[in-house]
Amino acid sequence: MSQPSNRGADVAKLYVASLVVVTFMVACADMSETSSGGQVSSAEIAMPGTALGLPANAPDRFDFGVEASEQRVAMWDIDVRPDGVGLPEGSGSVQEGRDIYNIHCIACHGLTGTEGPNDRLVDSEQWGDVPTTRTVGNYWPYATTLYDYIRKAMPQLTPGILTADEVYAVIAYVLWMNEIVPEDAVMDSETLPAVVMPARDKFVMDDRVGGAGIVR
Amino acid sequence: MPSAESPKLSRRTWITTTSGVIAAGLVKTQADAIQLIAQEAPTDPTKVPGRLVSEVGSRAPSEQPKRLIRAPALSSSSRTPLADLMGTITPADLHFERHHAGIPDIRFEDHELLVHGMVERPMVFRMSELMRYPQVSRIRFLECSGNGGGVYNRERMPTEVTVQALDGLLSTSEWTGVAVSTILREVGVRPGASWVLAEGGDSAVMSRSVPLEKVMKDSILAYGQNGERIRPEQGYPLRLFNPGYEGNTSVKWLRRIEVTDQPTHTRDETSKYTDPLGDGTVRQFSLVMDAKSVITFPSYPYVLPDKGWWEIRGLAWSGRGRITRVEVSTDGGRNWSDAALEGPILDKSTVRFRHLFDWNGRDTVILSRATDETGYVQPTVEQLWEARGTRTSYHQNHQRAWKIARTGEVTFGLGDLL
Ligand code: HEC
Repeated sequence: MSQPSNRGADVAKLYVASLVVVTFMVACADMSETSSGGQVSSAEIAMPGTALGLPANAPDRFDFGVEASEQRVAMWDIDVRPDGVGLPEGSGSVQEGRDIYNIHCIACHGLTGTEGPNDRLVDSEQWGDVPTTRTVGNYWPYATTLYDYIRKAMPQLTPGILTADEVYAVIAYVLWMNEIVPEDAVMDSETLPAVVMPARDKFVMDDRVGGAGIVR
Repeated sequence: MPSAESPKLSRRTWITTTSGVIAAGLVKTQADAIQLIAQEAPTDPTKVPGRLVSEVGSRAPSEQPKRLIRAPALSSSSRTPLADLMGTITPADLHFERHHAGIPDIRFEDHELLVHGMVERPMVFRMSELMRYPQVSRIRFLECSGNGGGVYNRERMPTEVTVQALDGLLSTSEWTGVAVSTILREVGVRPGASWVLAEGGDSAVMSRSVPLEKVMKDSILAYGQNGERIRPEQGYPLRLFNPGYEGNTSVKWLRRIEVTDQPTHTRDETSKYTDPLGDGTVRQFSLVMDAKSVITFPSYPYVLPDKGWWEIRGLAWSGRGRITRVEVSTDGGRNWSDAALEGPILDKSTVRFRHLFDWNGRDTVILSRATDETGYVQPTVEQLWEARGTRTSYHQNHQRAWKIARTGEVTFGLGDLL
């Protein structure tokens, strides 16, 4: 620890050191805190390494894993995208969904999806400048996310318990409670991605950047 | 350590009875004898033999820093006791937690990572195979983007809040693993790919989309933390680690990476971890953690016992690179001076800053503000309100303040400046 009187000098030294480091950063890949020649690895020195942090003598491929079969991929590839890719076969109606919801969801999300104790699922009131609630009905930009999320994570204590038909049905019911689909709606791999969520156009990509004088 | 049943002998009793015990054959080794010694510190430790070596160490009995638990629920968090820590590295057992469906128990031998999607060769890796790849280690901070959310609301600005409760969703570790780029090179990314989906093996199957460019640049498939295998709370046996990104994207218990040409828009990048800006738009994929600093000493509930020389200490960090400067004000933001930075100053890591302060014993407010290598300066809360409105819940990296009263009592002081 330096004495108070040396503080200014210390700071000056650190500034110089950090400038040197910054210069190196620009000059080399980000995994470059490793030196290439088996020397001491030190971020302060920031030795330029080979691209990607790989040693210079690395082979084109190591081949340590095994190739994944199609069945293997299918078993775990359970995400669902806004364009509908990933949605399984099956279907479910608002009517069927009411029963599923009342059995599997009501305890944590309430009779009308607004009472909790856990996340509020329903608010059909739309907002202008700023939302007061952030629910499926007034905040979620894509209906497909419901499939992705409910299949993976809900009901919270018994995730994965619902069949594909039951997931479609409970989604139909939640969307109906939010006044987004009519009472006779049926959800399947065609109709679900076609649902236009009220908040979709509100979402914009992050535009923050670094730099002096910029606050976003 | 004596077992619960073993008699609590005072040292005096021990000294007077040991020879008899040894004679009776109950204590065969020196280790047995020292097992019998009670735990209390002796008045004079130079007159009593100390404890023997042990397989796993423990903290001094009077040093018991603890995480602060939000709620005993499956989806909950616990915060790092920042005021109790020194330097920059967070002991692994005090690293903050944020889980969405509890901590899964996963066996190292059973865990597999599937990498597929827009790749030449979809592959499955066992942990032993991942560990055979060239290994990298990086000291990096991890911060939940919800950190500091409690001090954004003008109407509800707290005063009696600890730095742990406020900003304890921040920790720093040395992360060890294989570069994501090494594994993606192995499977061969196909042209047109631009994102990856990372998915966890917990019962929330936590999923986040991350730009391909980011993971190729500096992300790690981490299996080590501060020299040991990563802890279950941090994703054992494998987590994604995205340096400088909001913590939620560093998916724990990682079991799948899918290379894609678009984000998946999972629940935790739409419903959550997005920022309504007050102008009718919602900012999405706000992934980088902007520069920030926080004074950890003195902070609530510390009471300065005396005026005179005190060293103000804290942490600064930026998700955009290195910290280049930290300034401290001891007069409510009128004047600022450069704090000393304890090196090494690492990319996307915390740096410890300190500033010697001769307190005159009067009421004052102390603040810190960080600058990173891009030139970005940690903003005031007014600047954030101006830029983002008052209703966002993430990325609140504005300057923090502590009020020092003439009594020496320290409370959160941002409200005093508004
Ligand atoms: C045991 C309690 C419990 C049950 C039962 C349950 N949930 Fe949930 N649900 C939760 C919790 C807790 C969360 C928040 C999890 C988090 O934040 O990580 C949640 C979140 C959600 C969300 C996301 C809300 C948002 O706006 O981000 C949806 C949608 C949802 N649940 C649907 C369902 C459906 C449909 C069912 C019935 C099939 C169900 N849940 C059953 C506890 C439960």
